[in-house]
Amino acid sequence: MSPDLLKLIFGRLSIDSLPLHEPILVGTFAVVALGGTTLLGGLTYFRLWGYLWREWFTSVDHKRIGVMYMILGIVMLLRGFADALMMRAQQALAFGGSEGFLPSHHYDQVFTAHGVIMIFFVAMPLVTGLMNFVVPLQIGARDVSFPFLNNFSFWMTVGGAVLVMASLFIGEFARTGWLAYPPLSNIGYSPDVGVDYYIWGLQVAGVGTTLSGINLICTIVKLRCPGMTMMRMPVFTWTSLCTNVLIVASFPVLTVVLALLTLDRYVGTNFFTNDFGGSPMMYVNLIWIWGHPEVYILVLPAFGIFSEVTSTFSGKRLFGYTSMVYATVVITILSYLVWLHHFFTMGSGASVNSFFGITTMIISIPTGAKMFNWLFTMYRGRIRYELPMLWTIAFMLTFVLGGMTGVLLAVPPADFVLHNSLFLIAHFHNVIIGGVVFGAFAGINYWFPKAFGFKLDPFWGKLSFWFWVTGFYMAFMPLYVLGLMGVTRRLRVFDDPSLQIWFVIAAIGAGLVFLGILSMLMQFAVSFLKREQLKDVTGDPWDARTLEWATSSPPPDYNFAFTPVVHDNDAWWDMKKRGYQRPLTGFKPIHMPSSTGTGIILAGFATAMGFGLIWYIWWLAAASFIAMLAVGIGHTFNYHRDFDIPADDVIRAEDARTKLLAGAK
Amino acid sequence: MTIAVNPVQTGEPVFYLADEHPHPEGYSTSLGFWIYLMSDCLIFAILFATFGVLGANYAAGPAPKDLFDLSLVAVNTSMLLLSSITYGFAMLTMQQNKIAQTQMWLLITGLFGAAFIGIELTEFAHMIHEGATPQRSAFLSAFFTLVGTHGLHVSCGLIWLVTLMVQVWRFGLIEANRRRLMCLSMFWHFLDVVWIGVFTFVYLLGVLR
Repeated sequence: MSPDLLKLIFGRLSIDSLPLHEPILVGTFAVVALGGTTLLGGLTYFRLWGYLWREWFTSVDHKRIGVMYMILGIVMLLRGFADALMMRAQQALAFGGSEGFLPSHHYDQVFTAHGVIMIFFVAMPLVTGLMNFVVPLQIGARDVSFPFLNNFSFWMTVGGAVLVMASLFIGEFARTGWLAYPPLSNIGYSPDVGVDYYIWGLQVAGVGTTLSGINLICTIVKLRCPGMTMMRMPVFTWTSLCTNVLIVASFPVLTVVLALLTLDRYVGTNFFTNDFGGSPMMYVNLIWIWGHPEVYILVLPAFGIFSEVTSTFSGKRLFGYTSMVYATVVITILSYLVWLHHFFTMGSGASVNSFFGITTMIISIPTGAKMFNWLFTMYRGRIRYELPMLWTIAFMLTFVLGGMTGVLLAVPPADFVLHNSLFLIAHFHNVIIGGVVFGAFAGINYWFPKAFGFKLDPFWGKLSFWFWVTGFYMAFMPLYVLGLMGVTRRLRVFDDPSLQIWFVIAAIGAGLVFLGILSMLMQFAVSFLKREQLKDVTGDPWDARTLEWATSSPPPDYNFAFTPVVHDNDAWWDMKKRGYQRPLTGFKPIHMPSSTGTGIILAGFATAMGFGLIWYIWWLAAASFIAMLAVGIGHTFNYHRDFDIPADDVIRAEDARTKLLAGAK
Repeated sequence: MTIAVNPVQTGEPVFYLADEHPHPEGYSTSLGFWIYLMSDCLIFAILFATFGVLGANYAAGPAPKDLFDLSLVAVNTSMLLLSSITYGFAMLTMQQNKIAQTQMWLLITGLFGAAFIGIELTEFAHMIHEGATPQRSAFLSAFFTLVGTHGLHVSCGLIWLVTLMVQVWRFGLIEANRRRLMCLSMFWHFLDVVWIGVFTFVYLLGVLR
């Protein structure tokens, strides 16, 4: 075929785009291909495709979508963590003239992919998954406001993840660091597909995130059950509300800034170029206007989880509910007034830097108030050291440390010294792992029995906990030391042999975290095998306080046979205390949204469009876009999107629960 | 095991609704659409901010004074403003259940919208022909992106408008279609408001600069 025709069909994609010359990637591909084939073969052999398609992929049930988000997050955690292990090993080895085992071309992709994956495709899905699963249950609703949109949002997030993963074996990923600052990320310095994978991966996933934010805000504002005033909402619902407000008010900024970078790269505009009047610092400002709220998007739901857990496992009402709510709201607002602290060294002058330094320090006040609220909730409580509570305590110790180094970095003169150093790396891992990751694990251990009807195995859970916590400290405390000594981030080789011991300790720490992750996978497997032993039939295994524990585990499709009526904070606790009796008669048909495959199809076309744009396969991009438009418009011609669960089905489900409950007594 | 459902008789608190009605279809739609519009508004806010920062970086290329033909922009603006008025008429006739008139006003709205897009494209073509391309300077990059994003929104609105006209024609002014027309109405007026910002900050202040 003529080169022109090939170019028309495949764009800049060619056989050379496959990384056949990189043994690490070829090996990874072999393992992934083997695992993938086994998985697909198994699904086909056990005839699970139909089940998965009908019951999960096309489901608009917020609980199933929540679970799928969690699975996505955990799978991507394995990928992101593999990157982390490679970096730690490289830095521990590359001393005394050794180049380590990663060439710079590969190493730069690894640290970029690690950051992007951990934030967008691990932390975000875990947080969104928990919010999706828990919030409608906590507010006594049957689903979210826009169930189809929820399904579509999830698949867009998956589409973004697919693009980022594809870059591993087809072409390459960005070598720019996780925020892809220009001019490095501009076409002149990054002419290959890496940055384009980055852009389109994030754009596709970003659409999903924004829509899911709108959806959850509406759900919380409009679908609360009778009696649940704003100040009676569980704290997790409050933090979710604030998080989703942050999502809607910040992700459009990311969308725009990436779109402008796209124009620079594809069309040749001059937004972030060095000449023709462009300004690279414009990009840095804009992306951090999204980026700083983003860290609160991640950590606020974690704060909510810790509030639920602390209060449940201390057997007490949360101390200072009102102050907790106001602290959350204040953090939400302040998160927009601090973005410049990410680049004090830009040179915007003493006054500007002081302003942003002070606002940054002010954020520690509401956060500190929260910390005291949790402490006072525990004070004189009967604390049960179950797994969620263990993660919460680890969080409290770790996060305070990370918060304090954050306040230190907020001092502009100190920041001039520590900027871009490993001290910064240690700081943000300290708050993100100590806050978001520990929070997600607390949430997983806490709500797992609600989702599946059996608890997670405590032995492997505790093993995972101790590996994670000790591993975290061993991996990141050395980075504080190295940062104070002036070692900058993203270095591949080192000259000074006295530094090596710290990198070796950090690598051992990463190894411990790896054992923690393996133990967690083991915990899931063992719990599944011992599910009869770990079974919970009451629906309330922790003697908990909020509405999600009022229904069965796993909850029926309709969540609640009758919409609950709330009289107090900690509604379920109030119901238990006042001798609530479960209704046994009078069931009626329940109106529910129907499943639809439109979400996954639209997201599939969006992903194909992204792929076409990345590789300049214009026909693919155009065709996918038109297909997306056609399917989207076609979907609006379907006016029958709901159905009634017949009363008989409700009676059957509720009677089964009655029998289970009777057996439990 | 029975449960007291009547609080008046027994004084027991009610913990659930024995007789409930599902939320009407589209219960959250207006709120959701408003929030979407605000997120879209943020997109324009960032584009305005970008124009504000980069809008005077001509890079020795053409400046607004050399490029903008205010009388053409005035005609264009009036197209969009008139389309908002006619959309308002469409909503009024929709309230009175007059399908034919609603469709007529929607059609007129669409024609005004299409005229707006046509004039804008002519303006762009003219500028590009004179060498004032998006690549020429940061000012022109910001200009084409801000105005172009607005134009893209209006174009999406046109596709939506046609879709809704087909749906009204096939299914009538049913509740779902009224709700959709209401959402498009908000979208359309929102774009009008954004255009007033564009007209003022980009064109008028640009020529004054």
